[in-house]
Amino acid sequence: MVGKPLATIVSAGLSKFGRREGLYWRELFIEAATEAFDRCPNLDPRKDIKAIFVGHMGESYEHQGHTAPTITDWLGLTPVQGFRLESACASSGAALRCAVMAIASGLVDVVLVGGVEKMTHRSTAEVTEFLAMASDFPFEQWNGLTFPGLYALMATAHMHKYGTREEQLAMVAVKNHKNAAINPKAQFQRAITIEEVLKSRVIAWPLKLYDCSPITDGASCAILVRPELAKKFTDTPVHIIASAGATDKIGVYEREDLTTLLSARVASQEAYRMAGVEPKDIDVAEVHDCFTIAEIILYEDLGFCPKGYGGKFIEEGQPEVGGKIPVNTSGGLKAKGHPVGATGVAQLYEVYLQLTNQAGPRQVSGAEIGLTHNMGGSGASAFVHIYKRGD
Amino acid sequence: MVEVSSPPTIESFYKYIAEGKLMGVKCKKCGKVMVPPKPLCENCMAKDLEWIQLKGEGEVISFTIIHVPPTSFASIAPYAVAVVKLDEGPKIPGIVKGVTQPHQLKVGMRVKAIFEQIPSTQAWPQWSRYYFQPI
Ligand SMILES: [Zn+2]
Repeated sequence: MVGKPLATIVSAGLSKFGRREGLYWRELFIEAATEAFDRCPNLDPRKDIKAIFVGHMGESYEHQGHTAPTITDWLGLTPVQGFRLESACASSGAALRCAVMAIASGLVDVVLVGGVEKMTHRSTAEVTEFLAMASDFPFEQWNGLTFPGLYALMATAHMHKYGTREEQLAMVAVKNHKNAAINPKAQFQRAITIEEVLKSRVIAWPLKLYDCSPITDGASCAILVRPELAKKFTDTPVHIIASAGATDKIGVYEREDLTTLLSARVASQEAYRMAGVEPKDIDVAEVHDCFTIAEIILYEDLGFCPKGYGGKFIEEGQPEVGGKIPVNTSGGLKAKGHPVGATGVAQLYEVYLQLTNQAGPRQVSGAEIGLTHNMGGSGASAFVHIYKRGD
Repeated sequence: MVEVSSPPTIESFYKYIAEGKLMGVKCKKCGKVMVPPKPLCENCMAKDLEWIQLKGEGEVISFTIIHVPPTSFASIAPYAVAVVKLDEGPKIPGIVKGVTQPHQLKVGMRVKAIFEQIPSTQAWPQWSRYYFQPI
């Protein structure tokens, strides 16, 4: 039996992703939040919103921390309470989990949840250094490992153990670019070929430039309410029927098996149990494809295919729109873009559009149940949510 | 010299590295060997730990060749980083000296640790380095 709603999404908004020159993150956040407000005319933000939860990874980019009050202030919501969550690239997945817990606790009825990151005004070297802070310093960073390097270690191990090929990694990038090409908010609206991926320059062998998600500016936002109140705000609610989180060892090198992401396995199994659904019931999924190898490992660890078959799953077209489980219809982190703190709720935004039949040319017809998987760093944290179209 | 009673910390680990020793801690209660040393046994949560010296040999579990490095590693790129499973059990990452191409390394290849002192003028952290090289 499908689980009961924990909280209900009545609106969502997303800024355009990409290089957003001349904007500060507080201004980008307003773009996402006002879309969510405009979609929901029955919402009176100042009267209804009782708390905000925002994911934001780094204060280094703008020398600006204390995220929650900065946002309540600039949104005109002062003095409403606010919380900033940091879990590296899973910061807004963490914010979403906390927002769901806040509503399910009965202490608040209406919350704003979101995430934000403004990155492109910094040099690639600076961004690489800021992001690296989410990995283990004394052994990983100290030995010259970067984030592409950490996922490259997983790729080498997966290729060795299961025979996964560089062409199969490239197919993930090609699929996600194809999806992004019809998403007007995506950073890259351009299809690419396997050839282009394989010929792009090596970043951390075996990963090449087109195996990596880009540096992006962006913000994401959603309005969550107690399920009983949903009808007051919208005729097209989307229920959150599972919410789960998990961690793994901070150092990739210490993990028992480099070909699997423990946090994804634990959080998704808990989420499937809570939702009363199985992987085969998922109609559409947004998963954390920070690197192409991550998406291949996630097909396996989220239960979309057996362990070791991730390469074959993409080769057979199973995660394409029209396949067994369409994955990353938005273009994913790879091509929609990856403003790290915004990504978790940006995944929710795509699933919200899909389950309310608003995804335009990339609509998965009849989608009823969706899943998001948002991962921090090299997988040391993860949050999985399952959604169901409301009546 | 690091004293026998050095606390089981990262700082102590790198002081031993400066002496050319790869050291881990062993839990006196359950026998678990940990590199890096941790103040709590990750197996049984005991705090009763002792230092042991490791041979510094093991096999490559996985590896990458870093072409786009962090700023502080720019002068040595491209370079290889491997995860090495030491013969005593723990796994640690390390740069493999002399390797710049993937065909020079294989999963399962045997490697051993070598050591390099750092100038004492270096900014925080003042840690010496270990590297690996194929046997
Ligand atoms: Zn123990």
